[in-house]
Amino acid sequence: MNADNRKGELVELKNQLRQLAGSRAPGVEDVKRELYKKVISYMTIGIDVSSLFSEMVMCSATSDLVLKKMCYLYVGNYARGHPDLALLTINFLQKDCHDEDPMIRGLALRSLCSLRVMNLVEYLVGPLHAGLKDSNGYVRTVAAMGVLKLYHISPSSCTDNDFPAMLKTQLLQDSDAQVVANCLCALQEIYLAEASRSDGSLKDRDSLYTTSVIYLLINRIKDFSEWAQCLVLDVVSKYVSSNPEESFKMMDILEDRLQHANSAVVLATIKVFLHLTLSMADIHQQVYERIKAPLLTLVSSGSVEQSYAVISHLHLLVLRAPTVFASEYKHFYCRYSDPSYVKKLKLEMLTAIANESNTYEIVTELCEYAANVDVAIARESIRAVGKIALQQYDVNAIVDRLLQFLEMEKDYVTAETLVLVKDLLRKYPQWSHDCIAVVGNVSSKSVTEPKAKAALVWMLGEYAYDMLDAPYVLEGFVENWAEEESAEVRLELLTAVTKIFFKRPPESIKMLGAALAAGLADAHQDVHDRALLYYRLLQQGVEIAERVVNPPKQAVSVFADTQSSEIRDRIFDEFNSLAVVYQEPSYMFLDKEHRGPIELTEDTGILPMDSKLSNDVLPSQHVEANDNDLLLSASEREESRGGVGNGSYAYSGPDLSGFDTPSPAAPSNNASLSSTSHTSPAIDDLLGLTFPAAPVPTSPSLKLKPKPLLDPATFQRKWSQLTIASTLDHTLSQPAALPSPQPLLRHMQAHSIECMASGGQAPKFKFFFFAQVADSPPSTGFFLVEFVVNTSSGISQAKVKADNADLVPAFGDLFVSTLRKFGSS
Amino acid sequence: MISQFFVLSLRGDNIVFRDYRGDVPKGSAEIFFRKVKFWKGEEGEEAPPIFNVDGVNYMHVKQAGLLFVATTRVNLSPALVLELLQRIARVTKDYLGVLNEDSLRKNFVLVYELLDEMIDFGYPQTTSTEALKSFVFNEPVVVDAARMPSLGPAALFIQGSHRLPGTAVTKSVVANEPGGKKREEVFVDIIEKISVTFNSSGYILTSEIDGTIQMKSYLSGNPEIKVGLNDDISIGHAGSGSYEYGAGGGVGMVLLDDCNFHESVRLDDFELDRTLTLIPPDGEFPIMNYRMTQEFKPPFKVYPVIEEAGPFKAEVVLKVRADFPTTITANMVILRVPLPKTTTRVSFDLETGAVGQTTDFKEANKVLEWCCRKIVGGSEHTLRAKLTLSQERTVNIKKEAGPISMTFTIPMYNASRLQVKFLQLVKKSKSYNPHRWVRYVTLSNSYVIRT
Repeated sequence: MNADNRKGELVELKNQLRQLAGSRAPGVEDVKRELYKKVISYMTIGIDVSSLFSEMVMCSATSDLVLKKMCYLYVGNYARGHPDLALLTINFLQKDCHDEDPMIRGLALRSLCSLRVMNLVEYLVGPLHAGLKDSNGYVRTVAAMGVLKLYHISPSSCTDNDFPAMLKTQLLQDSDAQVVANCLCALQEIYLAEASRSDGSLKDRDSLYTTSVIYLLINRIKDFSEWAQCLVLDVVSKYVSSNPEESFKMMDILEDRLQHANSAVVLATIKVFLHLTLSMADIHQQVYERIKAPLLTLVSSGSVEQSYAVISHLHLLVLRAPTVFASEYKHFYCRYSDPSYVKKLKLEMLTAIANESNTYEIVTELCEYAANVDVAIARESIRAVGKIALQQYDVNAIVDRLLQFLEMEKDYVTAETLVLVKDLLRKYPQWSHDCIAVVGNVSSKSVTEPKAKAALVWMLGEYAYDMLDAPYVLEGFVENWAEEESAEVRLELLTAVTKIFFKRPPESIKMLGAALAAGLADAHQDVHDRALLYYRLLQQGVEIAERVVNPPKQAVSVFADTQSSEIRDRIFDEFNSLAVVYQEPSYMFLDKEHRGPIELTEDTGILPMDSKLSNDVLPSQHVEANDNDLLLSASEREESRGGVGNGSYAYSGPDLSGFDTPSPAAPSNNASLSSTSHTSPAIDDLLGLTFPAAPVPTSPSLKLKPKPLLDPATFQRKWSQLTIASTLDHTLSQPAALPSPQPLLRHMQAHSIECMASGGQAPKFKFFFFAQVADSPPSTGFFLVEFVVNTSSGISQAKVKADNADLVPAFGDLFVSTLRKFGSS
Repeated sequence: MISQFFVLSLRGDNIVFRDYRGDVPKGSAEIFFRKVKFWKGEEGEEAPPIFNVDGVNYMHVKQAGLLFVATTRVNLSPALVLELLQRIARVTKDYLGVLNEDSLRKNFVLVYELLDEMIDFGYPQTTSTEALKSFVFNEPVVVDAARMPSLGPAALFIQGSHRLPGTAVTKSVVANEPGGKKREEVFVDIIEKISVTFNSSGYILTSEIDGTIQMKSYLSGNPEIKVGLNDDISIGHAGSGSYEYGAGGGVGMVLLDDCNFHESVRLDDFELDRTLTLIPPDGEFPIMNYRMTQEFKPPFKVYPVIEEAGPFKAEVVLKVRADFPTTITANMVILRVPLPKTTTRVSFDLETGAVGQTTDFKEANKVLEWCCRKIVGGSEHTLRAKLTLSQERTVNIKKEAGPISMTFTIPMYNASRLQVKFLQLVKKSKSYNPHRWVRYVTLSNSYVIRT
């Protein structure tokens, strides 16, 4: 339909509507219906029919429900863009809000709230008040959501009229479960938005996560629709249970939700279970066992899409607790009908769960996929075989398989395999003999991909003694220098040629000259620089050059993982969300304003400065232990310790600059943080990364570990488990010397007493310190100190808890003497 | 909560569009469609159901050749959104009888009525077909079901001459029938999707049955129903060892690894006598999903022979045997064999007197396709194919061809032996005796024979 035609049609419609407006003729409703349908169908395909607004409204004075609803739909769509016209509708909508039929009341109220017009806000307040008190559940459901809509149009008129409080009341009292659910989601959104609008305190929101509310919700969980159950379960997952008995009771009630056919309900339940048991290692393990079967059932029932959402979560859990799923490996075999995005996840899971007992079967299966028609999956499969080989199980057999790949003579298979064989050799030099024999047979002409070429060149240089024709193969590469497009390959070639020269000089000196000349003339800066470096080194003497270019090397023990364990923990915190599907924490894919609050869990839990530490108790809101050590495989544990070694606060959090909820400042080594976390000036010093830590041996009787490591979750767990062994009162000699906590922190740190968290405002500061007895095994021999100081009076008090109470007196002396030194040093 | 919901045709036209939050730009449908259509990535990859473009998350499910899409800017549960989209599609089908582009276009006002009640401000409200009835005032315009493709849901269950009322599965829950009186009936369908992988020696490497007991009720007054399953069902025992073939349980037991149930199902008597009690809501819904890795007899055995027949020639012989009773007939049995990349020509040789069989060589991806419209239980069929290759082979030709994959539908047959023994109204009355249908169908999911 061209523009003119359309215009004509609209004029026609307008006239017809106008004629019908006042008509009471029999059958007129049917004609109207047809016209309305036409208008709405135009609206759907994106034609602007707003010019019919007044005619549509005039016609809507009708008792015909179908017409009414179409009119509501139309008005809702255009009111925002035409606020003046929207005013026309207020009258009949308000009238309908008082209709006898509850359905009409509800429909009218919903349309009224959906107008999204600022200057009509005043007309909403009355009907909303009435709606929340309506005797009919449907109307109250609509009203609860209406309050949220009002908040989005005008936050102040929502809060000024006390709507949040009314919602809270309905939440606790309403007999209709859907009303309760709508109150819950409205309140969550409103409280969250209010927090960022005002002081950033999440006190209101957290009031939803209290025992009384949570119990109320759990006890009537079956009254809710399945969608509302998801909402409720999500809220429950934010609740911190006070003791194991409570957790068990909650899990008992929710247990049968795991048998639900709706995957969203099951995943939400699993999240609750996982969170409730975080601090109970063995129970946590049992939860994994318990959820295995339901998850596998959900993966295979339902549509491909639903299955994808579930399998993404399964993937996360499998990677966290591979041993639990090791016996289920056949479930992760790829099916012919699986889409490639599912196959990829399955391959990663198979790689993760391979162990002594199933490696042979898994690798056999993966080898089948290597011949797959789907090239992308074939490649992934070969990489998976390589990764399993690097995990050390049954390397012997795997190497044989890899070498068989090379015999398949498919270019992409050869390419992937070469890269893997290279990695394998770096880890298991002892396999060189077998590998090299086969790699030597690979025709260098069939290798075209840069990564594979570089791998081949590296092997030729490294194993020049074993491969007789290595110099001649490399010579071929050097001769084709100009045609080689990849700088990566040219760099590798320079190194390989130089290495081979050290080993077999007579055969390679000519080639070395040619390679260096070509390298020096190379347009690529890195290639040029490397050629020059080698040239200069060789000028210094062959031996010196060899020591630099080809020093004796050690086998690589663990290859760096692509994703850090912190990131993986963040994703686990966001279980049952898009973060799991994307395999990225939400701050990486959401706009700033949609990120919501930073959930203070695990490592960040102890640091909510302003609101929590002013109380005399530890923040109980987020007591969640880190379950890392429970479930990680041995190698990962090693790696995560390594990570901690870089400073336990070296958590690379989101870019928080410009984030406008200042309160729950997550620890981050991002310097811009200090500008937003005004209440916690000490935070970037907390990072403790840059201090030249000079451990001073303090007391002969008790030696402390220079750089003790303790993650916040463990600190919290210990703190809640241990009792106060000693309370020390001390008056600081130079109280005025403490305008901010940093100097004291640095001082204590220099004496091997680390700070876990600090907070407060002058003159009153509060710190949590910890220290560890030197030479004690990991995670034992800790001292935990809560230290409160008033800087104006100098009076301080320290509460000490310890793993080993016998050492407390010694530590107390040391602590006080360290304090005494503060200011004098 | 979601920001928008829309339904697109496969050409990218907006059929239904609803904006709930106004925080995602209007052009989102177009952005989505381009992204799905031109999904970048390695060859043959399709767009995943969930992706993010410029901070907007797009989630979609494909149903009846239509794309059901939701957008959001917040980090919500993907399972919830995908389940919701699936549910919207199902509820719509309940009301329209048939779900396709045509029926949606003819009934879009009714669909808007449904959507308004199912989602408010982006939050799911009620999605029960039953509860929505009181809010829907438009009469559905019923689309002619006869124009549906022959393999539509109605055709699934047709077994020889035992023809069930074909209109049943395409009937709207609200439409009145020509006679004015509603036909009182309830359908219980046992749908099993089977996956089997045979290794090159013909042994079963893995097998699984994913089953659903689906109910579609057109009963008025919501009477309570008891569904009785065979009482030798045992649940959960096979799960622990997983794939322990023939292990545990009594002889002839039906061992389910795990199962889940619809909200409305009460399991009071389930442990005792394997009956499910429920008051079926209107519309179509799964009563129970189950999964089984217990060994079962695969319905088809395939004996492939692939061998060289000279320097530029090879031969593929496929023999299929139907291992099920002669009273049963499988429909649309299709075998696909990827051939060596160097294959240039294939000549086929069907057995004499073959009826309803077709063969094809898909040049583009070098796949041989053999389709048998019907295969009667107990019968055997053979196909010979002579390949012409452009290159002399050096490596084993077997590695270049296969694996063979197979698709089929077998009505009134189920591999698991799980059965619905009875379907009773709890309150029996002489005057009220609705039609009750129990139907079985077995579908291939991933049926692979390695070479």
